[in-house]
Amino acid sequence: MADASAKQVLFEPIFSNNPIALQILGICSALAVTTSMNVTLVMCMAVIAVTAFSNLAVSLVRAQIPGSIRIIVQMTIIASLVIVVDQILKAYAYEISKQLSVFVGLIITNCIVMGRAEGFAMKNGPWLSFLDGVGNGLGYSVLLIFVAFFRELLGAGSLFGISLMPVVNEGGWYVPNGLLLLPPSAFFIIGLAIWGLRTWKPEQVEEPDYKMSRHTAKEAF
Amino acid sequence: MEHYISLILKAVFVENMALAFFLGMCTFLAISKKIEAAVGLGIAVVVVLTVTVPVNNLLYNSILREGALDWAGLPNVDLSFLGLLTYIGVIAAIVQIMEMVLDKYIPALYAALGVFLPLITVNCAILGASLFMVERDYTFGESVVYGFGAGLGWALAIVALAGIREKLKYSDVPDGLRGLGITFITVGLMSLGFMSFSGISL
Repeated sequence: MADASAKQVLFEPIFSNNPIALQILGICSALAVTTSMNVTLVMCMAVIAVTAFSNLAVSLVRAQIPGSIRIIVQMTIIASLVIVVDQILKAYAYEISKQLSVFVGLIITNCIVMGRAEGFAMKNGPWLSFLDGVGNGLGYSVLLIFVAFFRELLGAGSLFGISLMPVVNEGGWYVPNGLLLLPPSAFFIIGLAIWGLRTWKPEQVEEPDYKMSRHTAKEAF
Repeated sequence: MEHYISLILKAVFVENMALAFFLGMCTFLAISKKIEAAVGLGIAVVVVLTVTVPVNNLLYNSILREGALDWAGLPNVDLSFLGLLTYIGVIAAIVQIMEMVLDKYIPALYAALGVFLPLITVNCAILGASLFMVERDYTFGESVVYGFGAGLGWALAIVALAGIREKLKYSDVPDGLRGLGITFITVGLMSLGFMSFSGISL
């Protein structure tokens, strides 16, 4: 991993090693904020910024951090960055920060940030770590935007708040599927997205825990 | 009293941490393959939430909130921007203390919880509950009840999911959907089930 090229580090997490689909990281916040594209985009930018800069910061001080307290040090760095992002959002995008409610704060416990800081930034130089942060943030964003696209388009007939398919309530023709605005749909869409991704890249398929033995005995007719 | 019962029902069923707010999903999906493990983790979450939410509530109301430092002669100080850092620090510290106390006095429980206790620090459900407590402006009593209820709801969801997954491993799932994919769909169906509680209040 140490001599990985910059390009590989940046692009690998998007499809081949997606943090959500393969590493099971950062799912918590991924689902709650995907009801509309605007909110999702802001959330993605926040996560990319925090992952990239926390990776950079952790990587810069990695030689100075004593092993036994490294988690607390990483946590403090991440929490400080999240506070900065939170304050910026409150100052410049107040409406959206209200909609994101607690989920900006929850970036702190987003396992992607912590996982990359611990797994990558502690072992690699600042520049590569920064790219790794951006890459993983992007991998997270791709899946989030995918989910949000379907949820907003089919659930409300619009994208970025602009109505594309006029809904029946406002005199249009599209009957919105209200389920897509509710929590369960996010799970279904991510499940199906993972299915699609793994059909495209079969090496990501998990080994079965249990194999059914072949049906050998003759059936009694 | 009625108010508290209503609050606890709401926290456990209507606003289930895992299934309605997607909190603690990482651990929820990663450690739900075996029922025993899920029960251990569930208990740990209940205990940690019941302690951390009230402590953060006290901290918020007596130090961080705007005007809370009145008694110290600083009526205009608003430290609420330090909230995130404080809550996560409190959670990490309490988890650590709890680990030591359990190790000394209740070794059986400590052994049962094992690695789950430290993992809880990065469980979004814990921090999420504290943030919701601040956002909804709960009093101290309410925060105790809310912390317990939120933990119980989360524990209930993970044990239920573990039960389903233990059976699920014997079923013939399409290759690409195996493992994580089918788990997501299962959780979606569970979440659909829990939605039938919405609108209930006492």
